[in-house]
Amino acid sequence: MTAYLLKRLAIAIATLVLASMVVFAVLEVLPGDPARLMLGLNASADQVELLRNQMGLNAPLGLRYLRWAGGLLSLDFGRSYTYSVPVIDLVRERLAVSLPLALIALALSTIIAIPVGLFSASRRGRAGDTVAMGAAQLGVAVPNFWFALMLIYVFAVWLRLVPAGGFPGWGAGVWPALKSLLLPAVALALPQAAILARVTRSALIEVLNEDYIRTARAKGLPYRAVLWRHALRNAMIPVLTILGLQFAFLLAGTIIIENVFYLPGLGRLVFQAITQRDLIVVESVVMLLVAAVIAVNLVVDLSYAVVDPRLRSRQ
Amino acid sequence: MRLWKTILAATVLALATGTSAFAARTDLVIGIPLEPPHLDPTAGAAAAIDEVLYANVFEGLTRIGPKGEVLPDLAESWTISDDGKTYTFKLRTGVKFHDGTEFDANDVKFSLDRARADNSVNAQKGLFAAIDKVDVIDPATVKVTLKNPQGSFLYNMGWGDAVIVAPETADTNKEKPIGTGPFKFQNWAKGSSITLVKSDNYWGSPASLDKAEFRIVPDAAAYVPALLSGDIQAFPFFDADSVAQVKDDPRFKVVIGSTEGETILSINNKKPPFDKLQVRQAISYALDRKAIIDGASAGLGQPIGSHMSPANKDYVDLTGRYPHDVAKAKELLKEAGLENGFKATLKLPPPAYARLGGEIIASELRDVGIDLEIIPVEWAQWLDQVFTKKDYDLTIVSHTEPNDIDIYSRKDYYFNYDNPAFDKVIADLNLTSDEAKRKELLGQAQKILADDAVVGFLFELPKVGVWDAKLQGLWENAPIQANDLTKVKWSD
Repeated sequence: MTAYLLKRLAIAIATLVLASMVVFAVLEVLPGDPARLMLGLNASADQVELLRNQMGLNAPLGLRYLRWAGGLLSLDFGRSYTYSVPVIDLVRERLAVSLPLALIALALSTIIAIPVGLFSASRRGRAGDTVAMGAAQLGVAVPNFWFALMLIYVFAVWLRLVPAGGFPGWGAGVWPALKSLLLPAVALALPQAAILARVTRSALIEVLNEDYIRTARAKGLPYRAVLWRHALRNAMIPVLTILGLQFAFLLAGTIIIENVFYLPGLGRLVFQAITQRDLIVVESVVMLLVAAVIAVNLVVDLSYAVVDPRLRSRQ
Repeated sequence: MRLWKTILAATVLALATGTSAFAARTDLVIGIPLEPPHLDPTAGAAAAIDEVLYANVFEGLTRIGPKGEVLPDLAESWTISDDGKTYTFKLRTGVKFHDGTEFDANDVKFSLDRARADNSVNAQKGLFAAIDKVDVIDPATVKVTLKNPQGSFLYNMGWGDAVIVAPETADTNKEKPIGTGPFKFQNWAKGSSITLVKSDNYWGSPASLDKAEFRIVPDAAAYVPALLSGDIQAFPFFDADSVAQVKDDPRFKVVIGSTEGETILSINNKKPPFDKLQVRQAISYALDRKAIIDGASAGLGQPIGSHMSPANKDYVDLTGRYPHDVAKAKELLKEAGLENGFKATLKLPPPAYARLGGEIIASELRDVGIDLEIIPVEWAQWLDQVFTKKDYDLTIVSHTEPNDIDIYSRKDYYFNYDNPAFDKVIADLNLTSDEAKRKELLGQAQKILADDAVVGFLFELPKVGVWDAKLQGLWENAPIQANDLTKVKWSD
């Protein structure tokens, strides 16, 4: 187990270092100058140069990489060019929206998907299965921004139960803040749940064909017990993999939903930073996300070992 | 599905205690599309900065009114010397900054000197270029001496980039703006909203609103539901394509006004074959403005024939200079030796007017034999490739700065246009303050640009405002990019 853990950790660290180089190199070759963007069409070239100097953009590339990477090691993520505040403050503000949103969406998606997957797999080929998988197909196919708009029209415009968008901040109270995250969480969760339900179903069906399931049934275990104790547990590995991927996506890939609900999330921070060429923000946030994805994968890898004892001994 | 019902029921129950209505409102939530990068109008070109702070938090010596006129602001009155080089401003007294400190002539000197200093990164530094020196006569009087007479000086001092700041707070205005206006800054929830509240020590007539929140709504698809749900009560810059959804709703007012945004098909005047006058004129004849306006601005833009807003008092109607005439365009191309047409690129920045207009223009130019390759670019690329490096053939962009016809005389500007006769007119204009004479010069300037077909003049960008029908006092036009809330109130 320790060897397994150490190997995973080493891979994670190497990935991080490599990613930091790639991220920095790729972003620095993007055309566009944050100083010109800030000063607009009427400023002279001399003035743009002056601002570039003030922002420290004229230092050599290698030096800037070392400064930045060195800062990351001591958890100093640099200062935003456009906002001129520490990047970490921006990220912290945005995570206060994105993290709860991702967690709620993930919880909703799991709560919906696992029972639907179980239901479908145990009624494979029957009417209930067809209806459930048809709905899942629809859930995957429907664009989530459209679904989000429909939710807004029903629950915000028509029923006026929740705000149509915006985020009042946790300072306004837990309930108003949660309220504004409800619709986006549902809009995010449903397509994810549809995917997860399909994965759960197919993983279960595969497991249900295994010999040991027949053996379990033959020794007299009730179907329900076989399904939960033997089948679901063995079908968890693909499900956990998908869950890990979904969490990473929900943390930063939710720009479209953030735009529709005008939420100040991490996705929008990155998007805005890219359009304004606030490269230091993009680089630092991307690195944080890389770290988050690696951490999630690490947790998923470890959870494989928990659900599947063979993985523990094999390593 | 049972779960769905449970969630729904729980939500209904929990929210039953929700919203309640107020009788006489004094608060307002305004939707703006872009978040300002910071809150200092003297340190950035982003229109979003002025859209929140101009006239509300910060004030200048003069200010621009709703019709684009110059009004007194912190300067109560002024006198101009006969040679047009000395402006003596009489300042208002009893004016306080929001932090409680007094405003006086030293703040004016500080602000102007700071904006024109060598290390200044004021985005409109050119506004201050004519200033030779600023002298404090007494706490309520400032004398500004110019290097040469400048007809637009009082107008220039009304820009957001020329607002008066205090030396103590100038460096922190980006995060915590301190001005003299009727509203003071309260809070900025980054990515979400900026809140202003009424200032209790304002020198002029106090604002009717107690609180104004600017909420950032980047996606046009969210505008209509935000209005319908009552979350946001005004979008001063609405999306032209969504107007149909609220036009017939009596709860809202749809106000179509004008901006200072001349939307043009910019041409690289030095790059062959665009260096030939006939080619540029052929392009102008090939353009069908009506179709472009319908497609790119939902039919709301006003056609232009030169670089001037039809709302401007010095506007000359030159839209008839190049009527849509395919045969004439082909003839001109033949004269230029290009009867078989040619290929070129059209770089389009992100705004809808450019992307939609670009498709139409490409098809219109194809009709006369010019084959355009459309290249979509983002703003950063556009600024880098087109504006700075001049690596382009054609592009579409709206020039939103007011009274900016002089850009055609700037050396090294991205049009690559060079006409000494035009430069002479602009140089004369800068030295002229007589209104009648200025009007004549501006007329000449517009005609030269049209004759030279420097660019393809398309239309004036419309300002589409949508707000609650009970709301009064928001600007109909946008002579400068601002959301002046000083006269805004709820009727009831």
